[in-house]
Amino acid sequence: MVEIEIDGKTLQVADGSTLIEAAHQLGAYIPHFCYHKKLSLAANCRMCLVQIEKVPKPMPACATIVTNGMKVFTHSEMAIKAQRAVMEFLLINHPLDCPICDQGGECRLQDLAVGYAESASKYGEEKRVVPDKNLGPLVSTDMSRCINCARCVRFTAEIAGMMELGQSFRGERVEIMPFNGKTVDSELSGNLIDLCPVGALTSKPFRFSARSWELSRRKSVSPHDGLGSNLIVQTRRDKVMRVLPLENEDINECWLSDKERFSYQGLNSQDDNGRLTKPMVKQGGEWKEVDWNVALDYAAHALRDVAKTHGGAAIGGLLSPHATLEEMYLAQKLMRGLGSENIDFRLRQSDFSADGHRHGTPWLGMKIADIGKLDRLLVVGSFLRKDHPLIAQRLRQSAKRGAQVCVLHSADDDLLINLEARAIAVPSQLPAMLAQVVKAVAELKGVATDAALTTVGAGLVDVNAAKKIAASLVSGGNVAILLGNFAQQHRQAATLNALAQQLAGLLGGRFGFLGEAANSVGGYVAKAVPGAVNGNAGLNAVAMLKDPRQAYVVLGAEPELDCADGAQALAALGKAAAVVVLSPFKSQAMLDYAAVLLPVSPFSETSGTFVNTEGRVQSFHAATKPLGETRPAWKVLRVLGNLLDVAGFEFNTSEDVRAEALGGMPEFVSGLDNGVAGVAPNLTASANGLERVADVPIHFADPLVRRAPALQQTRDSAAPTARMNAATLAKLGLVAGERVKVGAGGTAILTAELDAGLPDGAVRIAAAHADTFALGAMSTVLTVEKV
Amino acid sequence: MLIDERGMNSEHDMLSPELSSEALAKIDLEVAKYPVDQKQSAVMAALVIAQDEKGWLPKETIAVVAGYLGMAPMAVYEVASFYNMYDLQPVGKYKLTVCTNLPCALSGGVHAADYVKQKLGIDFNETTPDGKFTLKEGECMGACGDAPVMLVNNKRMCSFMLPEQIDKLLAECN
Amino acid sequence: MALIDTINPLLTTGWSKGDAGWSLKDYEARGGYAQLKRILANKMSSDDIIAEVKKSGLRGRGGAGFPTGLKWSFMPKAAPEKYVVCNTDEGEPGTFKDRDLLRYDPHSVIEGMIIAGYAVGAARGYNYIHGEIFEIYRRFEAALDEARAAGYLGQRILGSDFSFDLFAHHGWGAYVCGEETGLLESIEGKKGQPRFKPPFPANFGLYGKPTTINNTETFAAIPFILGMGGDAYLNLGKPNNGGTKLFSVSGHVNRPGNYEVPMGTPFAKLLEMAGGMRGGRQLKAVIPGGSSAPVLPAEVMMECTMDYESIAKAGSMLGSGAVIVMDETVCMVKALERLSYFYYEESCGQCTPCREGSGWLYRVVHRIEHGEGRAEDLDLLNRVTDNMMGKTICALADAAAFPVRGFIKNFRSEFEYHIEHRKCLVDPEVQRMGSGFFKAGAA
Ligand SMILES: Cc1cc2nc3c(=O)[nH]c(=O)nc-3n(C[C@H](O)[C@H](O)[C@H](O)COP(=O)(O)O)c2cc1C
Ligand code: SF4
Ligand code: SF4
Ligand code: FES
Ligand code: FES
Repeated sequence: MVEIEIDGKTLQVADGSTLIEAAHQLGAYIPHFCYHKKLSLAANCRMCLVQIEKVPKPMPACATIVTNGMKVFTHSEMAIKAQRAVMEFLLINHPLDCPICDQGGECRLQDLAVGYAESASKYGEEKRVVPDKNLGPLVSTDMSRCINCARCVRFTAEIAGMMELGQSFRGERVEIMPFNGKTVDSELSGNLIDLCPVGALTSKPFRFSARSWELSRRKSVSPHDGLGSNLIVQTRRDKVMRVLPLENEDINECWLSDKERFSYQGLNSQDDNGRLTKPMVKQGGEWKEVDWNVALDYAAHALRDVAKTHGGAAIGGLLSPHATLEEMYLAQKLMRGLGSENIDFRLRQSDFSADGHRHGTPWLGMKIADIGKLDRLLVVGSFLRKDHPLIAQRLRQSAKRGAQVCVLHSADDDLLINLEARAIAVPSQLPAMLAQVVKAVAELKGVATDAALTTVGAGLVDVNAAKKIAASLVSGGNVAILLGNFAQQHRQAATLNALAQQLAGLLGGRFGFLGEAANSVGGYVAKAVPGAVNGNAGLNAVAMLKDPRQAYVVLGAEPELDCADGAQALAALGKAAAVVVLSPFKSQAMLDYAAVLLPVSPFSETSGTFVNTEGRVQSFHAATKPLGETRPAWKVLRVLGNLLDVAGFEFNTSEDVRAEALGGMPEFVSGLDNGVAGVAPNLTASANGLERVADVPIHFADPLVRRAPALQQTRDSAAPTARMNAATLAKLGLVAGERVKVGAGGTAILTAELDAGLPDGAVRIAAAHADTFALGAMSTVLTVEKV
Repeated sequence: MLIDERGMNSEHDMLSPELSSEALAKIDLEVAKYPVDQKQSAVMAALVIAQDEKGWLPKETIAVVAGYLGMAPMAVYEVASFYNMYDLQPVGKYKLTVCTNLPCALSGGVHAADYVKQKLGIDFNETTPDGKFTLKEGECMGACGDAPVMLVNNKRMCSFMLPEQIDKLLAECN
Repeated sequence: MALIDTINPLLTTGWSKGDAGWSLKDYEARGGYAQLKRILANKMSSDDIIAEVKKSGLRGRGGAGFPTGLKWSFMPKAAPEKYVVCNTDEGEPGTFKDRDLLRYDPHSVIEGMIIAGYAVGAARGYNYIHGEIFEIYRRFEAALDEARAAGYLGQRILGSDFSFDLFAHHGWGAYVCGEETGLLESIEGKKGQPRFKPPFPANFGLYGKPTTINNTETFAAIPFILGMGGDAYLNLGKPNNGGTKLFSVSGHVNRPGNYEVPMGTPFAKLLEMAGGMRGGRQLKAVIPGGSSAPVLPAEVMMECTMDYESIAKAGSMLGSGAVIVMDETVCMVKALERLSYFYYEESCGQCTPCREGSGWLYRVVHRIEHGEGRAEDLDLLNRVTDNMMGKTICALADAAAFPVRGFIKNFRSEFEYHIEHRKCLVDPEVQRMGSGFFKAGAA
């Protein structure tokens, strides 16, 4: 600690702090543009100049390290003169038309100009004009406003991991640009908008739609991946106009992924596939808009009829893992009240053999913030950058600080993380690969392993890669194994779970699951899984579709896109006598299979709770009133419960529901435990033929983001293709670019594409997409032939 | 090595952005000057080698250099656009750069530039219609005692460029 | 053009044979590499070498005049990876001494760098050579090959425990890379945008490792200092201004060129050595230390001696030792316009005051020169320079401001005339004649 004085106030600050941090600690504001706590120092804007005793020149507070006894003056004549000088320079070439600038009202330059600029500048020369750039569908440019603070450049290189923007040329002609007219394709690109202190980079979807001071602000929580990013939802007249990050160092820091930032557009979708705003029932094959009480009666009758005639077990409940805790809790209660234990939210999971063997609720296995403390990591089965953009970002920073990150997966996508080692194998071999890592670690540690592991077919897997991973893991002090979405969706997910547990045990480290959805932990907590209440009874998400039910309750999901086998889901729903759908959106498929459509609120129009991947309970309020006749799903379920005479549905508020579900209002839920007991690893590689590697593209992962038009125009939303490595293409006699017919459960016609990052014998075809759902199971073998 | 290193490998396909194996071998020699984990240090030399081969630096070639050195293309473009002897636009077969900075200007630098302009019928930053000459205004080349000075194709410096010398130089360029 | 004249030649002793005397055998014949051999044979301690350099009073020849021995002593002893870097990015208008040093005597710089490496504990060095002098870069590489072949560079030099290798890196047209941290960035394969300091290169230099960076002439002086002893070197010059210095004299003299003279030599003497004023015309002004130094009027300059203190007292800087001589045919507004254009063109663009200010300065001076000056322009120029100075990452902004302030301060009436009459005080025909082709150099 050193003691310094700022404007006469004495304070203690940590060694190595900068003056701007010290001032921050004091609550004193030093004007700045280029400085950003998450970015490297540039010290180029010179706005933060302050006076330091005994130093003849003003010094930049952002780059000056405190020394004991330093006396700093942020408002002395020298400081003010310097700040004014810089402000004048910033303004001479800056357009002074704030009223027409999209940043107007929230511009750092505008704010500071008021305080620091002398009235009229003496600049009598022509102002510089800088050509605008097309950075893609999300970020709009007005480059003449750029003050060249280079925050955007540093962001792309340091946080997003790829230098997609640079500052070209020099002197007065410096210009921020992408290389060769490319767009900025990072899944984190929207943060550029927040970082740019002026109106040079603004939101394209939001552009000119509202002025910042017209907007009301509500805190909320992201409904997408398991991180639970904190949001500020900005609304005008009950319409969400924009979403910004709410800084939370423990969760999303100050960032948002583009999915989290721009998915709000889906809330306002109005086309045939858009928001469902009126209750509807199908009568004689015709859809009719009806009053709520008619629709609810209809739904209650349908369910009661099936329960009466076929028994409660004839009903299945499919819940979106993006539904709120309260919704899931009431839904499972309703199902159980009807006598059905067939309820599940783990829609993309295909292996449920760990059910009944779990010690508790699967979770990240650590606090999100603790990821940064790990020095060795193994990420198993994850399209990490797209599935968990901000966790990938954390790992990127960790790797830069010296942590070693290893990957075991079926695709070698560029994570923009400096990897220590990687092993890429077809899906069926992932368990054997992981077993090899366990074996190698045991060898290095001189410990005996499970007899089952010693027989793992070494010939099948890349033993060297496994050894390299093992060597990295044993060299660390703080180790973790993280199982991604792909591992959780794997046919042998339980085996991977058991092996990760063994590995963590050997290493004295931790292991956990990267939560796929906003409520991947919350679903367990809400008991929205079979057996959660009545022992081993009940069908899981796959079983209740494989063995079709008479009736289904679908909450917030589009099973044909959100389930492990969309084709199977669609077939089962199509055959059912009654499908009751509670959804914020409509779709053609829904109109085909449903009997009643109940318009329920998306996250922005209801109060609710998400339990994020670290088990943190995050509740939020509605940001706007429900659209049209939409009603919060928890209220709809409450009425259904009442109509069906299910006991225990006396809730007045969603908080009541939460209190019952959680038994209070803890900061973190209890019962988190990734351990499994009695799950014997199954290591016999079973696939015969080409194996599908199914990723869930970032902007197709849930019904909301699928309806966000700007996101749908990004490169990440390109139509699915059939990707193979060169060897596989050659073996099939294919050339990249050819149209191919892919056959599995059903067929799809796709374009063959080269992907050098895939293992031999793998065909990567995205799931969750209308073009590919007919193929059926995400994890399957398939045939590929030229059309 | 008097006039021209450019187009040094006539076998090479000038329309392809790729670099010849000779050029890559030269880049390897430059890479070897730096610590193994600092390949990027060779980027300036690599861009010169690429420019010599292509005559100028198309963006596609910049991307090739980036790939070869394991750099982001944008990072290489930043470098190529920062140093003013890289040509991001095609230039004539002979690029003449005349120093007109003050010390040279005191001893005929501007006169020399004017003389070249008049002889070639072009102004600064222009190329003769036959594509033979491009004229550039230069900054101090660290040779002010030899004014007027000019560079031919970046690498050859010509001192004391009085009219007779200029005539001789232009005649040599063919 | 080789050297023209000297007093007590030291650095330039090897220049007499012109382009025929640069090779290793010539250098060895002049006693070259004897100091390196002596150091290695006697296992001289690095402290002793640094003490000798301190004693010599050698101050950096790159412009800032920082004491070299002191700079070397800042290098952390324990660090495992350190570098020595030579700054031959000579781009300051008026300066052309480092080019000739490498051209005629590259091995003196190589020997100086090896000794520096030994003294600061570095195993690798780079010489950053101005892109425009590519032929000199080639020559330096040839000299490096010779030195390597002779065992002066590489592993276990001359059988000792000391290993050191040296490489050449060329620039490609950016004055700002002469600034030491811009230069380091440039070697690292980036734009030459200077770094904020502290940390200084001695702590965080090339690749983030401790680095000693000196000017070419500074390194070239090292073998001579060790040969004659620090005291003897100091005594060649003045106290605190040790040794001899190369002055690059350009502009309106009869014999432009490099002159090596003891520090403290009167300017009048230097002017006389340079053949006096061209065509017998009147001296009007002198920029005594490269284009960044404030211009001085003739009468002030004629009273100065060529050393750091005397020039500083007169209100300018000795800088890199580039003496730009201007006679009565020069329009001061036009001269400043060209210099201001240079800084505007060469600003790296990262700091606001320099990026914006350098262009502002140039545009206003340009306007005045083109007859569109306004009465308030001179005050405006002074205010803008005031707002630029001392507020940026590197000294280029100051370098852009100093000439403007110097020209206005010392030749204000000429600027006022220009603004008022919308034309030059000096008749354009006279100007043209005065800056015309000049034959003497061709001889
Ligand atoms: C804009 C600018 C340009 C410079 N150009 C040079 C140069 O061309 N050569 C040089 O040796 N030093 C130059 N310097 C000074 C260097 O930063 C540094 O001080 C010098 O290389 C140190 O060496 P020395 O101590 O031996 O002088 C320049 C400084 C600035 C601010
Ligand atoms: S675009 Fe914005 S963030 Fe990027 S340099 Fe310009 S002002 Fe800074
Ligand atoms: S002062 Fe000028 S040249 Fe130096 S770092 Fe700042 S902008 Fe670049
Ligand atoms: S905030 Fe300190 S220089 Fe920009
Ligand atoms: S001014 Fe022309 S070379 Fe220096």
